[in-house]
Amino acid sequence: MTLEPDREHALLLLHQMLRIRRFEEKAAELYSLGKIRGFLHLYIGEEAVAVGAMQAFTPDDAIVATYREHGHSLARGTPAGPLMAELYGKANGCARGRGGSMHFFDASRRFYGGLAIVGGGLPVAVGLALADKLTPPSPPYQVGAKGGRVTACFFGDGAVAEGEFHESLNLAALWKLPVLFLCENNLYAMGTALARHQSQTDIALKANAYALPAEAVDGMDVLAVEAATQRAAESVRQGAGPYLLEFRTYRFRAHSMYDAELYRTKQEVEQWKEREPISTFEGLLREWKCLTSEDLAKIEAAIDAEIDEAVAFAEAGPWEPVEDLTKDVYTERT
Amino acid sequence: MIKITYREAVRAGLREALKSDPRVFLMGEDVGRYGGAYACSRGLLEEFGPERIRDTPLSESTFVGAGIGAALGGMRPIVEVMTVNFSLLALDQIVNNAATIRHMSGGQFSIPLVVRMATGAGRQVAAQHSHSLEGWYAHIPGIKVLSPATVADAKGMLLAALSEPDPVFLFEHAFLYPMEGEMDEHAGPVDISKAAVRRPGQDVTLITFGGSLWKTLEASERLALTGIEAEVIDLRVLRPLDTATILASVRKTHRAVIVDEAWRTGSFAAEVSAQLMEGAFYDLDGPVARVCGAEVPIPYAKHLEDAALPSVEGIMRTVRALCWQS
Repeated sequence: MTLEPDREHALLLLHQMLRIRRFEEKAAELYSLGKIRGFLHLYIGEEAVAVGAMQAFTPDDAIVATYREHGHSLARGTPAGPLMAELYGKANGCARGRGGSMHFFDASRRFYGGLAIVGGGLPVAVGLALADKLTPPSPPYQVGAKGGRVTACFFGDGAVAEGEFHESLNLAALWKLPVLFLCENNLYAMGTALARHQSQTDIALKANAYALPAEAVDGMDVLAVEAATQRAAESVRQGAGPYLLEFRTYRFRAHSMYDAELYRTKQEVEQWKEREPISTFEGLLREWKCLTSEDLAKIEAAIDAEIDEAVAFAEAGPWEPVEDLTKDVYTERT
Repeated sequence: MIKITYREAVRAGLREALKSDPRVFLMGEDVGRYGGAYACSRGLLEEFGPERIRDTPLSESTFVGAGIGAALGGMRPIVEVMTVNFSLLALDQIVNNAATIRHMSGGQFSIPLVVRMATGAGRQVAAQHSHSLEGWYAHIPGIKVLSPATVADAKGMLLAALSEPDPVFLFEHAFLYPMEGEMDEHAGPVDISKAAVRRPGQDVTLITFGGSLWKTLEASERLALTGIEAEVIDLRVLRPLDTATILASVRKTHRAVIVDEAWRTGSFAAEVSAQLMEGAFYDLDGPVARVCGAEVPIPYAKHLEDAALPSVEGIMRTVRALCWQS
C-alpha cells in the first residue's frame, strides 16, 4: 500500500520513467540502424527502480552502477545528449567515446560508472563510503539534519553469487560504512534464474548474515521504491551503517540487444507486463486524479523534444582524434 | 648516513607518509594488531590508531577495491597485500577497475592508490607464496609498477608513489626485508621514472630488478676478477620502462644479459629482450641472453628451490659464455 504523493512530484516520477523508456527505445532503434554498436543492455521494465531510488540522494552522495545503467545516469541528472553521444562513441559523449553503453560516468554528479564486471562495483562503493567516513564532508547536508554522505551501489541478482558481494557486505557492516546496497533483482543472471544458481534465493537473508538490515521491495512500484530508499538512505546517513534493499523487478527485453530468450516463457513475460511500472503508475495517477491526458501529452512532447535534441547532439558530435587514443591512460601532469 | 634494514626503510616511509598527509591510511591483512606479516607496519597501529591503520578481513578483492573507491573519494590509501600470490584474488579490481577507470571515463577520474606487496622466492615457502608476478602487472597499461631493490628505494619509492595521481604497485622482494643497507637518515622521495646504473662497466650489460639485483652485483664483482667488467642496471620501474637507459648501456657494451627471477616464458626479461632487438639490434655483438627462474612451481626443498632460481654462478656462466670466456 503506497500513499498518494503530491501531484507535482508524482508527475516528475512519471516523467523520469518515461524519459528513460523513450531514450532506450530510441537507442534500440539507432542500434538497428547501426549508429550504436557493441553491447546495449536495456533497462526497459526496471525504470521504477532507478527513478524511485534516485529521489533519495543528494548531489553530494555517490552513485555506483552497472552495465545496465542508462536509467541511473538519466535519473541522476546527466543530460541525455552526452549519454546518447556516448552510445554513438563520440567525443562529446559522457566518457569521450571511451566507455560506450556500459560505462557512463559523470564526475560532476559523483556518478562512478557504469562498471561492467558483475559484482565489481561493490568494493569500489565500499571504498567511496570509507573515504566519506574518514573525511566527513562539510555541512550543510541537503537531506537529514545531522547525516553525511551516502554511497549508493546498484547491482543485479547475478552479483550475489560473486565473492565480492559477500566480502563487501561484510566489510561495510564491520566498518559501519555509509553505503546503501541496492540489488535490482530481475530474476535472471543473464539467462540463469536465481533459483538455478543460488541455494538461498532470499537476498535479504544473505545480507542479514552479515549483520545488515535488509528488505525486499516491489521494484515495479516507483512509490514503494522511493519510500523504501528514502528510509534506508536516511538510516545510512545517520550513521547506522550499511543497508540493503532488494528490488523485485523484471527486464522485458533481452539481456543485451538480442537473445533467444530460451530461459523464460512467454507467459512469464506477459504476466510481468501486467505489472509494467510506467502504465501501472499512470493508471494509479489517473485514479487519484493526479494526471490528465493533457499532462501526459505535455510530458511526452517534452521528452520527444529532449530525445530529438540528444540524437542531434550525438550526430553532430566529433570523433575523438585517433592521435588522442592513449590520452588519459595516465593522468597528465601539468 | 644510517644503517637500516629494508623492512625498517619501508616502515620509515609509511610513518613519514602517515605523518605528513592526513589523507594517507594503511589497510591490509594483519597490518595492525599483528604488525604486518613482514613486520613492516609494526608499531604503526599504536602510533596512528585504528582509523588509519586498518586490519582487513581476508578479502583481497574487496579491500583492494575499497582502496580504489577511497582514492576516488579523495583519500590516499596504501593497501598492503600480504604476498603477490594472494594478489591474484584482487586481479578483477586491479585490471578491470584500477587500470581502466581513468581512460574508460574519458579522463574524469584519477585513482591515486598505492598497493604494496611482497614478491619472490628464497625462503622455502613453496609454490603458493614464492612467485614473482610483477612482470604480469607490468603488462597492464593504466598502472605503474615499481620494484625497489635498495633501502633508499624501499622508502623513497613509497613516498614518491604517494604523490602519483594514478595507481602504483610496489613489489617488495620478501628476501630483502632483513637486508641492511645505508641510507640518508632523512632520505625522501626518489625519482620513479628512471632505471639506475648500479655498477658501471664496459664489457656487458646485466639488466635486472628487485631481489635479483644483489645476486647480479655479486656476480659482476666476481666476473671483474676474471677481467669482465659488467655494467649492472637496476630497472627499478617496470612500467613505464626506462628503455633509454638500457639502450644507452647496450650501445656501449654491445652485450646484454637479463636476470629475472620469474619464469622465462612470457617474462619481463622477454620484454626487455624485445626492446633490445627493436632498439639496439645492430649494436649487439651477440644474442641477448636471459637468466630466469626454471619453469616449475617453486618447490619447498632448499636444494630444489635454489635450482629453480637464478644463481650467482648461473649468471656468471651465462655472462662468460656470451663474452667468449671459457
